[in-house]
Amino acid sequence: MKPPPFSYHDPRTTADVVALLGSLDNAKLLAGGQSLMPMLNMRFVLPDHVIDLNRVDGLSYINEQNGAFEFGALEIGAMTRQRDIEFSDLVRERCPLMHEAIRQVGHRQTRNRGTLGGSLCHLDPAAELVSVAAALDAKVSVTGKNGARSIDFSAYPVAYMTPAIELDELVTGATFPCWPPGHGYAFVEFARRHGDFAIVSAATLIEEDNNGRVTRASVTLGGLGAAPVRASEVERALVGEMIEEKRLREICETLRKLDAVDDIHAPASYRQQLATVLPRRALLKAHQRIAGRTQS
Amino acid sequence: MSDTRNIAVTVNGTRYEETVPVRVTLADFLRHQLGLTGTHLGCEHGVCGACTILLDGRSARSCLMLAVQADGHDIMTVEGIAPNAGTLHPLQEAFRDNHGLQCGFCTPGILTTLIELLRDNPDPTEQEVRIGISGNLCRCTGYQNIVIAALDAAKRLRSEDGRQTTDDGKRAAPL
Repeated sequence: MKPPPFSYHDPRTTADVVALLGSLDNAKLLAGGQSLMPMLNMRFVLPDHVIDLNRVDGLSYINEQNGAFEFGALEIGAMTRQRDIEFSDLVRERCPLMHEAIRQVGHRQTRNRGTLGGSLCHLDPAAELVSVAAALDAKVSVTGKNGARSIDFSAYPVAYMTPAIELDELVTGATFPCWPPGHGYAFVEFARRHGDFAIVSAATLIEEDNNGRVTRASVTLGGLGAAPVRASEVERALVGEMIEEKRLREICETLRKLDAVDDIHAPASYRQQLATVLPRRALLKAHQRIAGRTQS
Repeated sequence: MSDTRNIAVTVNGTRYEETVPVRVTLADFLRHQLGLTGTHLGCEHGVCGACTILLDGRSARSCLMLAVQADGHDIMTVEGIAPNAGTLHPLQEAFRDNHGLQCGFCTPGILTTLIELLRDNPDPTEQEVRIGISGNLCRCTGYQNIVIAALDAAKRLRSEDGRQTTDDGKRAAPL
């Protein structure tokens, strides 16, 4: 099993990448290689050119941004390794949902190489970072020959594993708006083995008022459809509610009617069952985290 | 298309300057061009973990890298774990003493993975070891003796303290 023949390019700047993308036909960008390399080894993809991003300067960073967003945001470069996100104090403090999710991404060996941008571009519907981006209303930064632009994550997946980026564009990073200190969060997934892609995952965020009533909620289901779905009806239904198991069962039962894929890993009905269970568990966990903090 | 590149890599402390076809994986480069056949290839698509090496001190699957990407980097393979030809590393001793392998095919990847794990976390729990080797498939042992060996190795390394610090390659700079 060997990669097919290709020409190899290892540019040093984003501008050089854009120039190469504009001049080469059938080119593939190589980030951490944890998805593209298997596809090359199995010859599922046959690119004429591989453009390696690993020597491009300035695409690996985790920065705090306090300007445009009410509670600030984290800006993370496309070539930031998943391992660096996992061990970032900034991510753990400001974006604990991402910290919890990334520990369920693959294994140490793959997180050491795998990147944020690679995950967002591969856009596996069950990928944890993709769900986190959906849950946090991330904005994806892309650059092409017409300059830079930002894509709201709600408009980013256009089809199964197909991001809304043009052939001559590359993802340079993403901005993740933070939730206020003390919010509740939980990322819960069901996978057959540790490190596997989730069959279904639930990413949840909640804020509560002093009486314990939900004032804002974000509920995302990964692995269910062609891309992560925001359960907006459930998010609206949660506002004003106290988080307790019986009521959550009623609210989350409505998720069973969402469209689900049917494949070798699980039938659609199984995924729909998980879609009613995992958000409930995640919301309870998120609530307990708020409660735990108020008590201590 | 027969693109080639000249690369310079340090493997187990030895510097190599080689010419490689750009599409050759790091795993095949190590095995075929450098003759370091201790790195095993199971699945060649990033599932089994047998080909795990340390790249600048961090574990990585050498089947999921191109050799050309290793240019300028420091690599440690299973051949680099023992301090010399006549002495086993405490991790290897622990595997021998605890029957931590049967056929041995997965062992190189498990040892390199554990070198990183025990360096970062010298006193892991059983659960941490199991999660740490979750990216390595073993079809013989059922993992039990591997976990026992890893925990025993951690104990030996803690008591010997310092013997493992020089042989795990340079550590990548933190972000």
